Amino acid sequence: MRRIAAIAAAKAAAALSQRLKVGGGTALPGLLAERIDPDIVPEMARRLGQGSIIVTGTNGKTTTARLLRGIVRAAGLGVVANRAGSNLMRGIAAALAEAARLDGGFAGAKRRLGVFEVDEATVPEAARALKPRLVLFTNLFRDQLDRYGEVEHVAALWRDAVRQLDRSATVVLNADDPSIAGLAQVSPGPVLFYGVEDTSRGSGGLEHAADARWCPSCGSELAYSTVFYGHLGHWSCPTHCRVARPSASVVATRVELDAEGTSLAIALPGGEISAPLPLTGLYNAYNALAAVAAASALGFGTGAIARGLGSFTAAFGRQERMNVGGRRVQVILAKNPAGLNEVLRTITAGGADVDVALFLNDDIADGRDVSWIWDVDFDLLAGKARSLTVSGNRAWDMALRLKYAGLDSLSQVEEDAAAALRRALRATPEDGQLYVIPTYTAMLQVRELLARWARRPAFWEAEK
Amino acid sequence: MTLKLRLAHLYPKLMNIYGDRGNILCLERRCRERGIAFELTELGLGEKLKPKDYDLVFIGGAQDREQRRVAEDLAKVKGKAIREAAAKGVVILAVCGGYQLLGRHYRIAEGEELPGVGVFGLWTEHPGPGAKRFIGNVVVEWAGGTLVGFENHGGRTHLDAGVEPLGRVVAGFGNNGDDGGEGAVCGNAYGTYLHGSLLPKNPRFADHLIETALRRRYKYLEMAPLDDRVEEMAHAAAVRLATRRGIISV
Ligand SMILES: [Zn+2]
Repeated sequence: MRRIAAIAAAKAAAALSQRLKVGGGTALPGLLAERIDPDIVPEMARRLGQGSIIVTGTNGKTTTARLLRGIVRAAGLGVVANRAGSNLMRGIAAALAEAARLDGGFAGAKRRLGVFEVDEATVPEAARALKPRLVLFTNLFRDQLDRYGEVEHVAALWRDAVRQLDRSATVVLNADDPSIAGLAQVSPGPVLFYGVEDTSRGSGGLEHAADARWCPSCGSELAYSTVFYGHLGHWSCPTHCRVARPSASVVATRVELDAEGTSLAIALPGGEISAPLPLTGLYNAYNALAAVAAASALGFGTGAIARGLGSFTAAFGRQERMNVGGRRVQVILAKNPAGLNEVLRTITAGGADVDVALFLNDDIADGRDVSWIWDVDFDLLAGKARSLTVSGNRAWDMALRLKYAGLDSLSQVEEDAAAALRRALRATPEDGQLYVIPTYTAMLQVRELLARWARRPAFWEAEK
Repeated sequence: MTLKLRLAHLYPKLMNIYGDRGNILCLERRCRERGIAFELTELGLGEKLKPKDYDLVFIGGAQDREQRRVAEDLAKVKGKAIREAAAKGVVILAVCGGYQLLGRHYRIAEGEELPGVGVFGLWTEHPGPGAKRFIGNVVVEWAGGTLVGFENHGGRTHLDAGVEPLGRVVAGFGNNGDDGGEGAVCGNAYGTYLHGSLLPKNPRFADHLIETALRRRYKYLEMAPLDDRVEEMAHAAAVRLATRRGIISV
């Protein structure tokens, strides 16, 4: 009875927030459902015939989860999934309630698989409630330290969560991230590693933004033969302890990147697939590889995996393309130094005359502390950027950082988001490409403005 | 005669958590723009510090695991030399974790006591894993103007009687959230919780450190003014943000 009330309340709240256009709000329905029935997540998850999987990590969980859902659907299964970014317990509760019938069951329950993107700090609680058959860990970067305490704290939470998994649960791990690979040691069940083998995109040394350089076993400084981005690469511990990057069974054998997309060749136990993706950047190659690794661990065939990847459209805001006033606009979320370095490398790879707008906010969802921008190599834009617009409530912090990269004569501060976007669009030639790089809350703002202007192309210039 | 600032950056790989790179970039830029040569030496674990080779010593912040390794190295390898440098009047800037370790001791969240170098007459304790962290924008009233930055620390720092704080908290928590003090000054050694990074947005403080560091060796020193318009805009914006949100404004 309580369960039915919880589901009904969540459904009603979801319908209401949709009608009122409180866009995408899953907090209220989920909170209501959990309040009325605290056991709603474990009880409902139990009824998913194909079980649940958890996707977590600092970077890429939204995109990876979306890629994985595409593969699951291509394999002929039904998906229950939380919305992008609603990755706390209440987001999971809302997703389950929304997908359920009023009696608490699921239509086609036998063929339903839960694919949940889970916030780093929520992993222990989600794992207890969902009893997942698979947990995928993408990477662990220094990100929003003020929110989660410390990277080490997250690593400790994850170790405890993995230790308590069921022996039948598979853990899928990024072999190229030392702090992720180390989780294999505590897994009671099977482990599958994935990693990049194509070293043509790698470099010899760690960039400034890298954080985990310490051996997960003995704490010594790690040695790298190849670094892909941040602290991801082919690593080993040079001391007596001899821990090294494990060999992976799902590997990217070829990674080709350009400003338009990515072409990947992935070798996995069942064969090989080539995947063209409308996503740029090495971090997206990792996202695709992670999704393929999880799909492979779930036993899906190469045909379904290739079809699933082929059906992909970019996840919310992570990398969105629009056409505004004759300009092609691509929105790329900036989260942390390693990720932003890779974005800058990608957008400057094609040569000079790059038009860029940077939006730096300091709300909780962005990370309150903006010091991370000092670890970003904005020098990558020098000689490449044609126009550079700076906005957000921390615009002057960004402008100062850009001054240190020798970009002060180019960068223009417009604290107001709409004014900044308008300036950036004007600075971009018609038929040209504008890269808009916002932090999270700025992305929400930018996305709304761009969507409005894209619908009414004549208005982006006039609208006040 | 060409002037030269010789900077020792301690544990750059271990203590680099909150954009400490910005502090180094700032010192370098503000020297170079004035025609002052800049020489950076990075000293990691096991590497000795020679006090007479440097005008300025910088140590940044870290997470607990790294801080433990650094505390060990300070005790065994560099601690005595840092005390000698401080006694000679070498300028020291210690931020966050580095500030804590240059006090007398730091009791970490798990109760373990890390020995400090003792350059600053102060001690720090973390009240435990469940305690509230002091996180947010900070504005400090310092002798040379306001300082802006961001703090993020679990440890509470208490100054010995007679030790002066770097400044008074206008917005934020400061040393312990209690007595209104932020940071510490002992001779030419400056300790603070402020990052963000600290120096780029506080050019007057950066210049104060450079000038104090060079005065020891050069009689004739002129600190030519620089174009700080962007710096001042960023500084003013940070003051507005910290006080508008009304963290503890006065
Ligand atoms: Zn080792």
